[in-house]
Amino acid sequence: MALPDDLRYSKEHEWVRVEGSRATIGITSFAADELGDIVFVELPDVGSSLGQFATFGVVESVKAVSDLFSPISGEVVEVNETLRESPELLNSDPFGDGWIAKVDLADASEVDALMDADAYTAETA
Amino acid sequence: MTGAAEPRRTPLTDLHRELGARLVPFAGYEMPIQYASILEEHRTVRSAVGLFDLSHMGEIEIDGPEAVAFLRHAVASDPGALVVGQAQYSMLCQDDGGIIDDLIIYRLADGRFWVVCNASNREAVVEQLDELLVRGDFDASLDDRSDRTALVAPQGPNAAALVAELTDVDLDAIGNYRSARGAVAGIDCLVARTGYTGEDGFELFCDADRARELWEAVTTAGERHGLRPCGLGARDTLRLEAGMPLYGNELDRDTNPFEVNLGRVVKLEKGDFVGRAALQAIALAGPSRMLIGLQMLENAIPRAGYEVRANGTAVGKVTSGTLSPTLGEKIAMALVPAELSDIGNTFDVVVRERPYRAEQVKLPFYKRPRD
Repeated sequence: MALPDDLRYSKEHEWVRVEGSRATIGITSFAADELGDIVFVELPDVGSSLGQFATFGVVESVKAVSDLFSPISGEVVEVNETLRESPELLNSDPFGDGWIAKVDLADASEVDALMDADAYTAETA
Repeated sequence: MTGAAEPRRTPLTDLHRELGARLVPFAGYEMPIQYASILEEHRTVRSAVGLFDLSHMGEIEIDGPEAVAFLRHAVASDPGALVVGQAQYSMLCQDDGGIIDDLIIYRLADGRFWVVCNASNREAVVEQLDELLVRGDFDASLDDRSDRTALVAPQGPNAAALVAELTDVDLDAIGNYRSARGAVAGIDCLVARTGYTGEDGFELFCDADRARELWEAVTTAGERHGLRPCGLGARDTLRLEAGMPLYGNELDRDTNPFEVNLGRVVKLEKGDFVGRAALQAIALAGPSRMLIGLQMLENAIPRAGYEVRANGTAVGKVTSGTLSPTLGEKIAMALVPAELSDIGNTFDVVVRERPYRAEQVKLPFYKRPRD
């Protein structure tokens, strides 16, 4: 599946969509496929601060528990509450309805350290 | 164990790869953990029929005039009580009552048995049986047939109808924990009505070189029965819902049968056997720990190794835990001090350093509907 080319990607398989000073973050389809059926997600608290590449939540598949690593630093302004009841959205629509959190960017230049779609595709090939 | 050595393969490893399975190291083997979705595979076994490759498991044949006397001495159950064609769940214990492995013992003929053991314990089981055989000078032979034997297991409510299409063996005559020799899809099999999923189903043992043929015949016939190949991921959630112990999780050498609600397996009255003195003492005094069922009252998934607390104090550990696909509840088995075990008691399970409330419930979590 082709990756959205308006996103940036981290080595930990998270994506970020930057719109002005606001960023939306989530996990990639590659991460979701690797995890298998996702049955539980632990979201960050609204108002909490995320550090770039620091853990900010947890996803659990039937078999495994995996940390979420934020691709950027900033303050959480909104989380995807739907995921609490429907964690399977992370598998079915990881780049859309399966978004995890919206963040006020602390440092827009951090995005430069992330990969574009081509680089991430090569990374996961 | 096997360390960095090349993983062992079953006769079906290539086929699993062709089917797109995700293969993982398991007990020294490369085994399919899932084909597409563990949840779907789990539900298929509960509602239709799933097909498992269990060829990694060990099959050890004991044959000879003193096979009964030998097995009665070696294991905790009484294989002498089996009629030909019958099987029993059993355990191989150490002198101190600790569990070396759990087994299913099939009586194939008067003096011929199959001992089926976990792949991860095969060497230990063979070693223990060999040693006891020699030391006791029993007139019986031991043959580890594991590498020559494949095991293909259709499990689920549609399994009987599916297998019936492929065999002349009268499946109605094979009750639970019974077996018969016969051809399935023209392939000589031991057809056993055993399993590890909590559903009706079969375990078909055949020669390793016929495994692919058998798998493909069952798969083709299974199409109209809703069959799906299933991996070890679903097998684990299925057996956990059914309250069945897994060696390495609920069972190990530091655990005795009475602690894990399997005292009924131990036949103290059959005469002397390995571990009898220790097991009798435990039976008299009562076990100090108990394996219990927990259902989470709060929103966190318990996992193997997580701490269990009572009144804020660490009292035990989760041995297995998951989100139950059938029940939609977060469930676990845990070993706790026996005096704390009572249905309805509450505990905390520590998940990522936070305690979450759980209630003790009856095992098994899931029982299949029977007609």
